[in-house]
Amino acid sequence: MSEGKLERGERGERHDSAPGDEAASGQEFGGGVTGYVVGLLLALALTAGSFYMVSTDLVWGPAIPAALIVLAVAQMGIHLVFFLHITTGPDNTNNVLALAFGVLIVLLVVFGSMWIMDHLSHQLMPMGEMMKRMR
Amino acid sequence: MFGKLSLDAIPFSQPIPLVAAAVIGVLLLGVLAWITKKGHWPYLWHEWITSVDHKRIGVMYILLALVMLIRGFSDAILMRTQQAMAVNAPGYLPPEHYDQIFSAHGAIMIFFGAMPFVIGLMNFVVPLQLGVRDVAFPTLNSTSFWLTASGALLVNVSLVIGEFARTGWLPYAPLSEKVYSPGVGVDYYLWAIQISGIGTLMSGINLVTTILKVRAPGMSYLRMPMFCWTSLASNLLIVAAFPILTATLAMLTLDRYMGFHFFTNDAGGNPMLFVNLIWAWGHPEVYILVLPAFGVFSEVISTFSSKPLFGYRSMVAATLFITLVSFTVWLHHFFTMGAGANVNAAFGIATSIIAVGTGVKVYNWLFTMYGGKVRFTTPMLWSIAFMVTFVVGGMTGVLLAVPPADFMLHNSLFLVAHFHNVIIGGVLFGAFAGMTFWFPKAFGFRLHEGWGHVAFWLSLAGFLIVFTPMYWLGLEGMTRRLQHVNVAGWAPFLWIMLFGVGIMGLGVLAQIMQLLVSIRDRDQLRDETGDPWDGRSLEWATTSPPPSFNFAVLPDVRGEEAYWTIKQRAIEAQGLVEEPEYEPIEMPRNSATGVVTAFFASFTGFALIWEIWWLVGVGLLAAYGTFVWFAWRKEDEYEIPVEEVAAYDRERRKVRAAWLLREQGARAGEQPA
Repeated sequence: MSEGKLERGERGERHDSAPGDEAASGQEFGGGVTGYVVGLLLALALTAGSFYMVSTDLVWGPAIPAALIVLAVAQMGIHLVFFLHITTGPDNTNNVLALAFGVLIVLLVVFGSMWIMDHLSHQLMPMGEMMKRMR
Repeated sequence: MFGKLSLDAIPFSQPIPLVAAAVIGVLLLGVLAWITKKGHWPYLWHEWITSVDHKRIGVMYILLALVMLIRGFSDAILMRTQQAMAVNAPGYLPPEHYDQIFSAHGAIMIFFGAMPFVIGLMNFVVPLQLGVRDVAFPTLNSTSFWLTASGALLVNVSLVIGEFARTGWLPYAPLSEKVYSPGVGVDYYLWAIQISGIGTLMSGINLVTTILKVRAPGMSYLRMPMFCWTSLASNLLIVAAFPILTATLAMLTLDRYMGFHFFTNDAGGNPMLFVNLIWAWGHPEVYILVLPAFGVFSEVISTFSSKPLFGYRSMVAATLFITLVSFTVWLHHFFTMGAGANVNAAFGIATSIIAVGTGVKVYNWLFTMYGGKVRFTTPMLWSIAFMVTFVVGGMTGVLLAVPPADFMLHNSLFLVAHFHNVIIGGVLFGAFAGMTFWFPKAFGFRLHEGWGHVAFWLSLAGFLIVFTPMYWLGLEGMTRRLQHVNVAGWAPFLWIMLFGVGIMGLGVLAQIMQLLVSIRDRDQLRDETGDPWDGRSLEWATTSPPPSFNFAVLPDVRGEEAYWTIKQRAIEAQGLVEEPEYEPIEMPRNSATGVVTAFFASFTGFALIWEIWWLVGVGLLAAYGTFVWFAWRKEDEYEIPVEEVAAYDRERRKVRAAWLLREQGARAGEQPA
């Protein structure tokens, strides 16, 4: 589109990059082919790590869920940095804001629904279940 | 071969839908025949149907909305007539038909009346106000529109082939499950909403991208007109909320088609989860509709009060506040489902708090008018009426936000009156204000003021006559969606409401008359300068109607109220700015992708409803193939030569210079020596 070109014109205003914008992400951390390869290796390592952790006693049994959550969050971070090119740079403000907005809405809807549905289950507990819990 | 489809699907035993369909069919055939006879098809195909111009698409959205508003309104007439006649009597509509009518009325008014209207306005206005040439993804825009039209088509097909849902406008489970709704009605609902929902989501992505990424040089966020801000908020809500609707309806679809148990009574399903999820979309949807209307009122009130918008920044803040908080109030739609005091209190308080944002806006509009030179044109009348009716609707909303009061009033006509009060008084008045306000920009001539006033007063009076008694009946305990009534004392109110619908009908006729009279008198109503209302934002800087490229040279924005600044500078400098250097302009080529995709999507939807699986396959494959074909196109842009751009703009500058001369003459006359 022509106005896109114009916007990037001589005025020298900073413009932000789209997710996966190759031209913009060439120099940054996690850009280019090397970035994708490193990202892929890290992602694979984290995946393999979680399977390995569950099948051995490397981690103390009851801590396994917590450790899995840690690895999952790390996995998300790897994806965001290496594949979606989310950085803290000024050219990434829109992407970071969009991510934050999306995360906020998902959290509101998921935890709100869990809260509501959990209360419904308490309020509308069938008689048998209530008797069981009273014991 | 034809799945579940057979001749039994046509409701020969019910005369009303058949006669209605026959009348519509004859009208439609007449129009098509007229187009063919006059040889308008090539023009329509090249200039409208395949157009990727945001202005054309916006106009088509609004045309679709107007047609569907009339369809939804005729449902309303049927319902009011039935209830007035059915006091201790059966009336003329059997329950299974009446249930379809109120379901269709709600679904059509929200999804195919209000939504296309506001999306159409945003499509038309936002790029012009931002001072750019089109939206970010023009062909996607065309596809969005045609998918919406495809959904609307499916809803109307249900009138003749099969039936529509009898479940209300949101198909609450378990009533909408296969066990209780074995017919195709709910399936029509599901696929119509899913197909048009894809269109809405794409449109939301498109407009968010446009507002964030495609703006004229110097148009920073805090220089954008208010309508752009509310459009941004509304489209962010579309992007965030519509996936919830899609997912929820997809789960219901799995329940109905493949025997899943998301929302069933048995096998671990939970119908209450459906209610929870559908309102997690449904409440933001309310603000998706009303925020653009707030934007329209901001523009209209500021323009016709000849003053900048009061408290611009607080207005932006209030808009963003509403955007966020609209995701924390959805439980107020089902206080009585049994979530208990803690949950109800939290959501009740959040609901009361969201009214603060709207309150800020109302005061800002009032202070914008205060001390201004108010011109009482048709758009301004709609806006003033909105401020009064919307405050009433908002106050009854805050009343309903108090859980104990909601336990008394839920599911009553009080609730129905409340949400009509805010949707008609807010969204629809805003849509009509916007239509009258931007009509000259779209077509080059103003709408007739006299008929506009008649339409306004009739609509307002009819609206009040219908919904004031409805509040009262709700307080008296009349519940919603009643096919017949057993309380003789309610009859007078029901007849008053029927009378009010008649007045509203006259309002609709007056709107149609306004359009016809304006087209007849278009030469007297011509807008020569492109700035008929002494406007303040960039859409008034170009001609009416604008050329396909909107602006010969992208405007240089130096402050809030971009166009007002340009005009003031021209008056001070006693001349227009120097002629700029023109350049050739690249514009996107028209594309049939949208209409072809939607054509196949309609068949896919129809086939899914009637379980004609081979047609589902063909439709999906063809729609996908269209996209592949589009992706492989060789040329996507064409160039408008520099001479054409220069010739257009010199003509425009000549008119502007003449205007400036008149303006200076008027100023000199004001100050006698």
